[in-house]
Amino acid sequence: MAVLLTKRSRVVVQGITGHQGQFHTRAMLDFGTKVVAGTSPGKAGTKVEGVPVFESVQQAVDKKRANASIIFVPAPYTKDAAIEAMEAGLKLVVIITERIPFHDTLEFIPYARTKGAVVIGPNCPGIITPGEAKLGIMPSHIFKAGDCGVISRSGTLTYEIVNAMTQAGFGQSTCVGIGGDPIIGTNTLEALELFQADRKTKRIVVVGEIGGTAEEEAAAYIKKNVTKPAVAYIAGRTAPPGKRMGHAGAIIQGNMGTAESKVKAFNDAGVPVADYPVDIAKLLAAT
Amino acid sequence: MKFLEYKAKAIFAKYGIPIPRGVVAARPEEIHDPPLPCMVKAQVLVGGRGKAGGIKPANSSAEARSVASEILGMDIKGYTVKMVYLEERLDIEKELYLGFTIDRSAREPLLIASAMGGMEIETVPHDQLFMQHVPTLIGLQPYVLRSLTNKLGLADHVGDQVEDIARKAYELFRKEDAELVEINPLVVTKGGRVVAGDAKLVVDDNAEYRHLEYAKLDQDRTPLEEEAHEKGITFIQLDGDIGVIANGAGLTMATLDVLNLKGGKGGTFLDLGGTDDPDKVAQAFELLIKAKPSVILLNIFGGITKADTVALGVKKALEVMHADVPVVARIKGVNEDAAKQILRDIGMHPAETMEEAAELAVQVKKGAA
Repeated sequence: MAVLLTKRSRVVVQGITGHQGQFHTRAMLDFGTKVVAGTSPGKAGTKVEGVPVFESVQQAVDKKRANASIIFVPAPYTKDAAIEAMEAGLKLVVIITERIPFHDTLEFIPYARTKGAVVIGPNCPGIITPGEAKLGIMPSHIFKAGDCGVISRSGTLTYEIVNAMTQAGFGQSTCVGIGGDPIIGTNTLEALELFQADRKTKRIVVVGEIGGTAEEEAAAYIKKNVTKPAVAYIAGRTAPPGKRMGHAGAIIQGNMGTAESKVKAFNDAGVPVADYPVDIAKLLAAT
Repeated sequence: MKFLEYKAKAIFAKYGIPIPRGVVAARPEEIHDPPLPCMVKAQVLVGGRGKAGGIKPANSSAEARSVASEILGMDIKGYTVKMVYLEERLDIEKELYLGFTIDRSAREPLLIASAMGGMEIETVPHDQLFMQHVPTLIGLQPYVLRSLTNKLGLADHVGDQVEDIARKAYELFRKEDAELVEINPLVVTKGGRVVAGDAKLVVDDNAEYRHLEYAKLDQDRTPLEEEAHEKGITFIQLDGDIGVIANGAGLTMATLDVLNLKGGKGGTFLDLGGTDDPDKVAQAFELLIKAKPSVILLNIFGGITKADTVALGVKKALEVMHADVPVVARIKGVNEDAAKQILRDIGMHPAETMEEAAELAVQVKKGAA
């Protein structure tokens, strides 16, 4: 078992003919992901890395039984791509694209709920179950199969932490990059629910950052519902208020979204928070 | 994208939201025929300008010019007043609050209203707030507006106007890709008219491509931040002296935090993103050098990023800028060893980990000082 993604997942890459789509199709195939189809308007009938390209997601479902999607299309077309995937019946949609207008996200994420689809992202590195499959853009070689579930709002910071975990012998059951936007399909709390329910996951790592109240809500949930040990890191402890720190969601507004509030919430829930990213491995050793 | 009050009000007017009559001026001499009696209001992108002395009354054109000359050029929380808005003075009966924002947790727009307008909404007691989520796929329903006017205890002729303004504000919120539409105060005049006393509008930067007319608006950016924005580089100036550049927003934040733990203070937040193109790296570094840091701390964790081409970009920027600022670099990625050699060859300081790099940056700074 793992969360959301297994080696049985059959993936369609939306935007497969672009530079990113093509590059990461190769990397996902190399990792063992069953990439069964791609889509790209006007490029149907061609192949990318041996993967057949179709005109629509529906065709990828009909001909190749695709059941999960990863989206690389540019921001102005992402809403269209996401809704197309949901309409075709896909239940897992990972959106890598960044800089999508919030008002688009505010439409397709509630729509996903009506369709029973799980959206990961946008503006995220995707999801990876080491030893099984990768639906994302993270560097494969730093991951190792294990029993730690990782939830993160960041990309490269996650790699830094996962790398330290792997070196210290803490492999990962699944790592979910939930994304750096203010509106995301699967938030910290929802990812926690999945890991709490997953038998293979024994420990949970939460990598949060300033902005919003996702970490506070997650901490309250942990206190009440999570029986597995959890550890956390919060980025942006020195960030000034009112500035958007690269991620659209990483902004302290008034007294909301500060690192202090998040660290305190985790501590109150009995979740130790690492000062240095690499200290996550030490905290795990103490669990 | 933030809007000055008079720009926001022009957009409000486009959607049919009633605004007071007003004229804008950059110099006192431009003021000829203000709506009298008027309020002279500083146009800045920060709140709290009233308390800072940025809003004053005037009863004649001559007085308006003299008040304007006091306010223009004033410093309000670090912002220089470049523009004043002279607006018809309202006979205020009551001040309400009306706003639309995005509730991140609920992933829905949130309508907030209160009978206690004119003060910061965060300070209004919770039981005095009307709050209702608006499902984006459904839109703002009439029953929500009826409960709003009930909660606020508004008389019919006022309630009807407030409902109409709320409907129009929601339309604006959606069509203009707003993160925030705020009318505070929403003024009820003694004559029973409802008018937007102030206007706050923030539009999503990610939606700029749908609103190109807003791209040229003055934002609260430093000249270097403006240059970065034009080049598509994520760059923020901070109040420390060590120039921090990393790849990815989370890692850049973490690098600043680690630097702080090691006793240093970051002067920049520069997210290089996923690039290892030496020209792009050089471009980012040139920007960083212009911020005149005492030391530059570069932290790259790249899975597939080519470390050596990043190092070449650093070298190129230092050459182009004839800069002698020391660089401490931790570059993890493909061809790491070649990267370290390139850095050593130009007298820079390679490091193995982010902690080590931060520590070294602080040492180099002390040595240099």
